[in-house]
Amino acid sequence: MTLLTVENLKVHYPTRTGLVEAVRGVSFTLGRERLGIVGESGSGKSQTGRAIMGLTPPSALITADRLDYAGIDLLRASARQRRSLRGGRIAMVLQDPKYSLDPVMTIGKQIVETLRTHARVPGDEARRRALEMLEAVQIRDPERVYDLYPHEVSGGMGQRVMIAMMLIAGPEMLIADEPTSALDVTVQLEVLSILDRLVRDRGMGLIFISHDLRLVSSFCDRVLVMYAGRVVEEIAAGDLAHAKHPYTRGLIDCVPKLGEDRHPLPVLDRKPEWAQ
Amino acid sequence: MAVIDATEGSGRRRARFLKPLSGVLRFAVVILTTYLGLLAVTFFIGRVVPVDPVLAVLGDRAPASAIARVRAEMGLDLPLWQQFLLYLKQVLSGNLGNSVLTSRPVLEDVMRVFPATLELATFGTIVGTAIGIPLGVLAAVKRGSITDQVVRLIGLAGYSIPIFWLALLGLVLFYAKLHWVAFPGRIDVTYEYTFTPITGMLLFDALIQREWDVAWDVFRHIVLPGCLLGYFSLAYISRMTRSFMLNELGQEYIVAARAKGLSEQRIIWFHALRNAAVPLVTVVALSYAGLLEGSVLTETVFSWPGLGLYITNSLQNADMNAVLGGTIVIGSVFIALNLFSDFLYRTLDPRTRVK
Amino acid sequence: MTDISQFQSRRDWLLSNQPASRLQARLGRAYMIWLSFSANRLALVGLAVILGLLLVALFAPWLAPRSPFVGDLANARLLPPGTDGYLLGTDSQGRDILSRLIHGSRLTLMVVVLVAIIAAPLGLLVGAVAGYAGGWIDAVLMRITDIFLAFPKLVLAMAFVAALGPGIENAVLAIAITSWPPYARMARAEAMGVRNSDYIAAVRLMGASPARIVIRHIMPMCLSSLIVRVTLDMAGIILTAAGLGFLGLGAQPPLPEWGAMIASGRLYILDQWWVATMPGIAIVIVSLGFNLLGDGLRDALDPREAGK
Repeated sequence: MTLLTVENLKVHYPTRTGLVEAVRGVSFTLGRERLGIVGESGSGKSQTGRAIMGLTPPSALITADRLDYAGIDLLRASARQRRSLRGGRIAMVLQDPKYSLDPVMTIGKQIVETLRTHARVPGDEARRRALEMLEAVQIRDPERVYDLYPHEVSGGMGQRVMIAMMLIAGPEMLIADEPTSALDVTVQLEVLSILDRLVRDRGMGLIFISHDLRLVSSFCDRVLVMYAGRVVEEIAAGDLAHAKHPYTRGLIDCVPKLGEDRHPLPVLDRKPEWAQ
Repeated sequence: MAVIDATEGSGRRRARFLKPLSGVLRFAVVILTTYLGLLAVTFFIGRVVPVDPVLAVLGDRAPASAIARVRAEMGLDLPLWQQFLLYLKQVLSGNLGNSVLTSRPVLEDVMRVFPATLELATFGTIVGTAIGIPLGVLAAVKRGSITDQVVRLIGLAGYSIPIFWLALLGLVLFYAKLHWVAFPGRIDVTYEYTFTPITGMLLFDALIQREWDVAWDVFRHIVLPGCLLGYFSLAYISRMTRSFMLNELGQEYIVAARAKGLSEQRIIWFHALRNAAVPLVTVVALSYAGLLEGSVLTETVFSWPGLGLYITNSLQNADMNAVLGGTIVIGSVFIALNLFSDFLYRTLDPRTRVK
Repeated sequence: MTDISQFQSRRDWLLSNQPASRLQARLGRAYMIWLSFSANRLALVGLAVILGLLLVALFAPWLAPRSPFVGDLANARLLPPGTDGYLLGTDSQGRDILSRLIHGSRLTLMVVVLVAIIAAPLGLLVGAVAGYAGGWIDAVLMRITDIFLAFPKLVLAMAFVAALGPGIENAVLAIAITSWPPYARMARAEAMGVRNSDYIAAVRLMGASPARIVIRHIMPMCLSSLIVRVTLDMAGIILTAAGLGFLGLGAQPPLPEWGAMIASGRLYILDQWWVATMPGIAIVIVSLGFNLLGDGLRDALDPREAGK
């Protein structure tokens, strides 16, 4: 049942001042489950997701002992093969729909574009399936939204469009990179529940990347905690209360609880030896 | 805008309702003031700057009676603002005065020579756009590569070479030495009297009348000056295309398009370029306007009987009416192109489109 | 050994994070700009060209081997380049082209400097006032600016010169009048950016008059982008001036203005190509120098714009 195997993944960027090590040996496996990756900004969580997708900039050096998706060696796969995987079998939802949808193309066309890139579908059927997909992400008036431009819909609706666009070709795995961070709090839960239902119904694997530990723990089955390009702890979401690593504990302590004395405010500890 | 932002819902609705109106109003104000400004400047140049405007119009060999008549005609005894109103009235009714050189109304002259300039500038813009945009896209996609450097150098050279000089060298090489192109002018004398133009843009006219040999001859005349102008337009367009494309290629929607599994070619030419096309339209329109003006120097070198040659000839004969008339026409086209590009920008970009 | 350590400490002093004085901070900033500027080889080439132009213009009478005005009509008409004593050949009046080019550099330099010192402060002032004042002052000033921007520059300059009479001073005036609007646009944008910043509010609270705020505190903020823009425009100014000269509207004979030299060589272009070619090459070199320098300055002063 394993979809994705990552062993000792490293992402490095050569710069004028030396090698920047964004990801430094990350290993995990993913089945048809929901895996959360948490960490503060710069911890390498987004870079991990993009390396799996093959979306890192050309200057990135990516190495791994194993980077395997459903029997395909991603590091050896041709550019064409990786392209057919992207969107077709592995999809990705980005952070802010305001920037991640093409502003001069209607929503419907953008959804159809994904479908027709990966499957031979006649025009009218593609349209029908796009409308179905819009309905599946609980957009009430799909016919109208189909012809709208991205700037004409709200953030929450934009993110639902993004999900529809990424899931229409029927991928088995989804990487969601901070999918709700740019949204209002009230809309966040709505989008999350849509995402949750689709992933569950379709039996997909999900990598949920977020800085929000509470969100990840309530939404995922398993959590990876990343710090400075490494996984410092891997733990089942239910066991988070028993986390061992001091960094994870620090993150948990920073989550405010009702009726608790907050003086002095806990400060996140960062010890250099954790990065070793 | 600040007021609109403060009152979220209702304010935004009201703003959307007001938008078309304010757009039309804004347009009207822009056209009116710009045109008034242009006429004020030409008025200033024609009436205020010269010591004696009558001499500037008639030349110093005119008889005294004519000088007196023109002085009264121009209302030179009136206060300046009344003179300006008079001038406005004249220009707006299409009266740009008579040319000393041709002794015909300037407007008539200008209309006769303008198609030649239009044809040349159009040819140049087509060449510049057709080559400049792909070059700019290529430079942006292969940023920092040899290709990028070469494109950059081509562009920089276009910004640094005097067009009339390059035109002279081109004439020596392609006409005198290689005999690839025809002698300066628009059309060979053998065709000049047998061929009847329709629009005055000879290449177009010859093609729609299926006069292939005429078209070929006209092409041999236009190809060198047209490509030269095209090169200068290419320099500008490729540079701007590169910059717009770099901007677009750094956007998140490009990452999303890759995540969808689209091919690089489709992402570059379909998504990025279509977004870059919105500001590019302005660039192409401005470069077109620039070529209409740049043709002044090119036409002089190639004896191209267009507006540029007309203006320079008039300048050399101190024919101020003709010079200012030509200036007004080029200025009007400039203003029109500016407005047109503004309008196109608004229709191309769905974010600013008024529904 | 001591030399290196001294250099090291001077470098450290310049790049210090905690400058002890305003002077040190300024020098440090200048040094940083120089570092990023000098990393760009083409920009250094541009700088060298412009420095060369300055030197040639400064020492023209000593550098020029012959008179730029008086030629040897009897023996030296239209000699090809490389003829004994005439490195770049002679023109139709037997004058040494090299000497004329060297003296012409003074005219070119004069044109760009004059245009820059007329147009740049004018644009800066209009833009800074419009941006700082806002409201209807801004609206009116910007409308005027836009009107001038919508004009055909070369044709307007030609008409100006035609009315004023041909000559290099009038050409300068005409070019300056048509080239200030972009500076005003730019200065306005910069001024609007800093208008509401805290330091301007602080100056205002101390009782500074609007004029003082604009001149002492807003205009200096626009300077660096203005310098870049003016440098990039220099090439265009040179080309326009040369174009006017070519049409006989700029410098009048026998002045060795490069554009006019091309015009006078036009008659002989088929058989004596060098007469028109040499001044063109001079124009290209100098314009290219200004363009490369301007590009480099922009990249060094404004990293945001780099690559554009």
